[in-house]
Amino acid sequence: MRHLSRFLLIALCWLWTGFAQAQVAQEILQSNSALVEKASRQTIGPVIDALATSGDPAAAMILGAWSAKGLGLRKTDGRFVLLGPSADGYALRDLNGNDIGTAPTAEIAELKPNAGVRGLIATALVQFNLSDPDPTKRADALASIASDPTEAGLAPLRASIAAEKDAGLLAQKQRLERLLTLRFDPDSAARVMAIQSFGADIGLDLRGALNPLLATRRVVVVGAAPPDANIAQELLPGKTLTIAQAYELLQAANLAPARLTLADQRAALIANLENGAVGGVALAVLNTQAARDRAYTALEVAGKVPLATTEDEVTSALANHRFFDVYLEADPAVTQAASTALAAISQQVGIMQAADLALDGLSLASIYFLAAIGLAITFGVMGVINMAHGEFITIGAYTGFVVQQWVPNYTASILIALPLAFAVTFAIGVAMERLVIRHLYKRPLETLLATFGISIALQQILKNIFGTQARPLTSPAWLDGAWVLNDVVSISYIRIAIFVLALVFLAFFLWLMKRTRLGLEVRAVTQNPTMAASMGINPDRINMLTFGIGSGIAGIAGVAIGLFAKVTSELGTDYIVQSFMTVVVGGVGNIWGALAGATMIGGLQKAIEWLNPSNTLAAQTYMILFIILFIQFRPRGIIALKGRAAGD
Amino acid sequence: MQTSRTNPSLTVFVATLLAFAVLITALSEGYGTGHLSTSFIKTLGKTLCLGLAALAMDLIWGYAGILSLGHMAFFALGGYMIGMWLMYARTREIVEASLSGGGLPATPQELEQGIASQIFGVVGGSDLPFIWGFAHSFPLQMALVVLVPGVLALVFGWLAFRARVTGVYLSILTQAMTLALALYLFQNESGLRGNNGLSGLQNLPGLADVDQATLSVWFFWASAAALGLAYLLISWIVSGKFGSVIRAIRDDEARVRFLGYSVEGYKLFVFALTAVVIALAGALYYPQAGIINPAELAPTASIYLAVWVAIGGRGRLYGAVIGAAVVSLLSSWFTGGRAPSIPLGFGRLDWVDWWQVLLGLTFVLVTLFAPKGLGGLFDALTGLRSPNRRGAALGPDQGALQEREAQK
Amino acid sequence: MTALLEVSGVTVSFDGFRAINNLTFSIGPAELRAIIGPNGAGKSTFMDIVTGKTRPDSGSVLFGDLSRSLLKMTEAQIARAGIGRKFQRPTVFEDQSVAENLTLALRAARSPWRVLFWRPTAQDRGRVAELAEQVGLLDHLARKSGELSHGQKQWLEIAMLLAQEPRLLLVDEPAAGMTPAERDLTTDMLVEIAKTRAVVVVEHDMEFVRRLNCKVTVLHEGAVLAEGSLEHVTRNKDVIDVYLGRGE
Repeated sequence: MRHLSRFLLIALCWLWTGFAQAQVAQEILQSNSALVEKASRQTIGPVIDALATSGDPAAAMILGAWSAKGLGLRKTDGRFVLLGPSADGYALRDLNGNDIGTAPTAEIAELKPNAGVRGLIATALVQFNLSDPDPTKRADALASIASDPTEAGLAPLRASIAAEKDAGLLAQKQRLERLLTLRFDPDSAARVMAIQSFGADIGLDLRGALNPLLATRRVVVVGAAPPDANIAQELLPGKTLTIAQAYELLQAANLAPARLTLADQRAALIANLENGAVGGVALAVLNTQAARDRAYTALEVAGKVPLATTEDEVTSALANHRFFDVYLEADPAVTQAASTALAAISQQVGIMQAADLALDGLSLASIYFLAAIGLAITFGVMGVINMAHGEFITIGAYTGFVVQQWVPNYTASILIALPLAFAVTFAIGVAMERLVIRHLYKRPLETLLATFGISIALQQILKNIFGTQARPLTSPAWLDGAWVLNDVVSISYIRIAIFVLALVFLAFFLWLMKRTRLGLEVRAVTQNPTMAASMGINPDRINMLTFGIGSGIAGIAGVAIGLFAKVTSELGTDYIVQSFMTVVVGGVGNIWGALAGATMIGGLQKAIEWLNPSNTLAAQTYMILFIILFIQFRPRGIIALKGRAAGD
Repeated sequence: MQTSRTNPSLTVFVATLLAFAVLITALSEGYGTGHLSTSFIKTLGKTLCLGLAALAMDLIWGYAGILSLGHMAFFALGGYMIGMWLMYARTREIVEASLSGGGLPATPQELEQGIASQIFGVVGGSDLPFIWGFAHSFPLQMALVVLVPGVLALVFGWLAFRARVTGVYLSILTQAMTLALALYLFQNESGLRGNNGLSGLQNLPGLADVDQATLSVWFFWASAAALGLAYLLISWIVSGKFGSVIRAIRDDEARVRFLGYSVEGYKLFVFALTAVVIALAGALYYPQAGIINPAELAPTASIYLAVWVAIGGRGRLYGAVIGAAVVSLLSSWFTGGRAPSIPLGFGRLDWVDWWQVLLGLTFVLVTLFAPKGLGGLFDALTGLRSPNRRGAALGPDQGALQEREAQK
Repeated sequence: MTALLEVSGVTVSFDGFRAINNLTFSIGPAELRAIIGPNGAGKSTFMDIVTGKTRPDSGSVLFGDLSRSLLKMTEAQIARAGIGRKFQRPTVFEDQSVAENLTLALRAARSPWRVLFWRPTAQDRGRVAELAEQVGLLDHLARKSGELSHGQKQWLEIAMLLAQEPRLLLVDEPAAGMTPAERDLTTDMLVEIAKTRAVVVVEHDMEFVRRLNCKVTVLHEGAVLAEGSLEHVTRNKDVIDVYLGRGE
């Protein structure tokens, strides 16, 4: 049937080429008017195709009007006309677009194509759109083919390539043409060539095109494999296929009877319960499977229940059949090429995923580094354990939130929030140092507990002020989105910003400690407070400033972390243990240690997540276990201060 | 000598505990006048368990100077281990009842299947994980209450002490330990029902007809007995030469090494012993609480344990118990909404919102100004004073007693 | 005379600085030896190596009749093998009574389990009293050692060392901070102790060393510069250079 209609169509086309072009569309419609009037998806195809390939310059317009219910049949002379709105009924135009007056509603039969027909028209219109003078229309048409690739798209696409002037669109068209070729071209060699032309391209569209080629279905056959099937693999029951699965396949193909399930057996036994016994077995002892089997066998012998399939029967049934995965795609050359290509692609994707993972690890590392850098100062340099460090991070994030309430411009508000968060947490840090920590130097354990008291108090105060629900800290629009390298590797701008911020902090810290008077004095005080004091340095002031700076940096980190994490009063708690681990693992008293620690923790956590992608919690668990073991081998961290200076 | 350190508070403590237990029983719903509600009896019973945990914490921190901030992990593990038996046995009763109603007595496989889907349906599982292999047996699971935390403490302690991790580093590492364990238990794959935890632990299998009023008194007595026995045991431990060695380790562990004692061995011993004691406390606590979930292993829970000991006054066994009791009872009073709000000119001070702040600040003040904590009151009563050492601590180590904590 | 302690070819460096450089040293079972040397000569590091606190980069340290290597042993094992160390600063357990301090040091089983069940016998009490009497602290047995005077703490520590019954005693600047009378007592005691065991005294004070009247080892830059009687070494040109050259 299909062949016949196609033949007719070709014949018609050949006939019509002799007519004046402008007349062609009209003629096609008129000669098929019955079909057109009662258009259905099944029958109208040839007519639409004829219109589309007629070469009539008005064809696109006619098809568009038809689809948009703008085509009608004038009852007076049975001619097709284009319809427009008019005061009394319709404004009419002929199929070349010339006004031909108006007509009352009653004189016109408006064509109302159903969704199926409209779909066919849309496909036909594609080829016009693909060659439309407007590049955006051409791009839209390409996108619509790409999102729903069909065989029908191939011919118009090919036809439109030659005339394409825009280099970008041309490349897209050529790529799409190859993608469609590898799926729909009738010529096997052309498909294989299309597949091979991509090499190890990692585009998602390519994988989307290749994967359906390798779709399989399970078949069960008696005896030899079907000769014409494109077999992916043979499945061996008990090896590549479980016995139960294999038997289910048999059952599904009606090649074997259903097995007796335990539930059915139970039901059968209950149904045959007589005088406190089933098949001569007392009810009370039916609490083991063996007893139930005996009772069922007795019932079988008595003919009261259907015979259950035995293990032997299952085995022989399986032995008499063969199981195959068969490609839905019939052409072995194509499936072969596709699987080769996919193997190469998956290798390439693996490499890219590793790169993506490295980026993820790097960004996680910068987050840990940000959270830990304040600690690297207060704990690493001064040796003060500050359990309220996490709350400083939280306060920084809330500062950002409050600023955004006043300054609606996100860019401006972040730029204000960063120094403000530093100022706020610096002040709190200094106050804390003056009031509490100063009295507890050389008593780190007491410092830990006292600062924990401050931590829970601060956390509750924050909760009382801001409530328990998460507060938004919105990043500026220019930080939205991601830097996409290809379909596998991408990194969001916000993470890049955090990475940059981490680098800025690192540079700031190095500058502060190595290049400033304050840094010199800090190093002097931490190494030998008595000596420093005797040289005119005021250790009290230095300690206060150092602690303030460490706290202030935590505040800035809070703004950054708040941009991607939920800002609640417990934000800091999530980071505190990891931050301490970062400093400890890296090596205390050394900024490079914090960097190394963060890199190791971030990288490893991502690596473990990669091995077990479903489970971030497990990754964190193993990460911490790893750290505990790591400390066995490097008790002083990755970058340890050696010798006497490390202190005993 | 060793008798000179025998805790003079021992008899007073045990007598007070006994009198308290008798008094509470007399006022209980189950056995007495009913002046105290069952839930309050449970609160008191739980408080005794927390006191027991604090006692062990005092042994390791107050006496051995190891500020472990992970011991509540052992508390929760003890709870999980007993909870597995309670939940399994209780579910077994229910499943057995429902299956035998179906016409045939259940087979062991059906029973197991039923129990497994009953317990693990909530996390989408239908098989019992292998760690539940002992849950059917009370003695075996009781052994696990001791063995699992004990072995974990041994392994962790061996790794940490062998690497000579001390002071705040050890504190951080123990925090990491409890965090790791909590994160692990939060997963559904842990086999302990993920964040659902274990529930229904207040029902004792085989005792369906004993009401909660009676059960609560039983558990109260069990908790009191455990606390009393542990107090005797730990008093005995710290009064002898062993106590002398661990206090010496607290103040100056390097010197103890040069005396020929294996400091790591002693630390490990104390670490594991306290882990086991705390696990037993947890095993008594959670049947009274009725539910356990991984949130109980939050790193802060362990810090609170240290806070109780500090508020009670470390290095004094009774102080630890009193600290735990006072803080946890006050906490439940304040956060339970029963404490009257204080009207201020501009608004009301609601204790539910501000208790945590008060606790935190109180704790800072105690650390700064009264390191003896509540125990200092008893020192004052009995005329004990601190030595005058011009601010010097009693030893070079981080855990060493401060001048103001010591007794002259 | 076979040596009790034999240190040979030991080298240790911190961050590239060689604190001990190919040091060789030995001492007999009942000998008194003084080690002198300028600051930074490696005296403390030497004691750290022998007691197991610092591990050398190379060399060997053998101890006892069986010549066991100390390099694989922990501090506690070395102490149990019979090496006692007295620190420069008196280190006693200040929160514990004099009696408790001495009991801790008494020669007895050291494992946690044995210690847990250890209870003093009459003999142990007698030994504690005897040691306390030896250093004049009999009246202070029940006092917290933190309350003792500096000198008394030094004595208590010496008594604790005796209680350990070591075969080799390392004493770091025992005379520091002592009154002249206390110094004399200390010298006599060290000489007495050295009759039954080996004693190594590290000391700055030449007068004190002279009173010890024993063989002297001079350390300089982590190696032995000279060895012999005090007379002998003070005439040694290298020693004079080192001391005078450094202005000491």
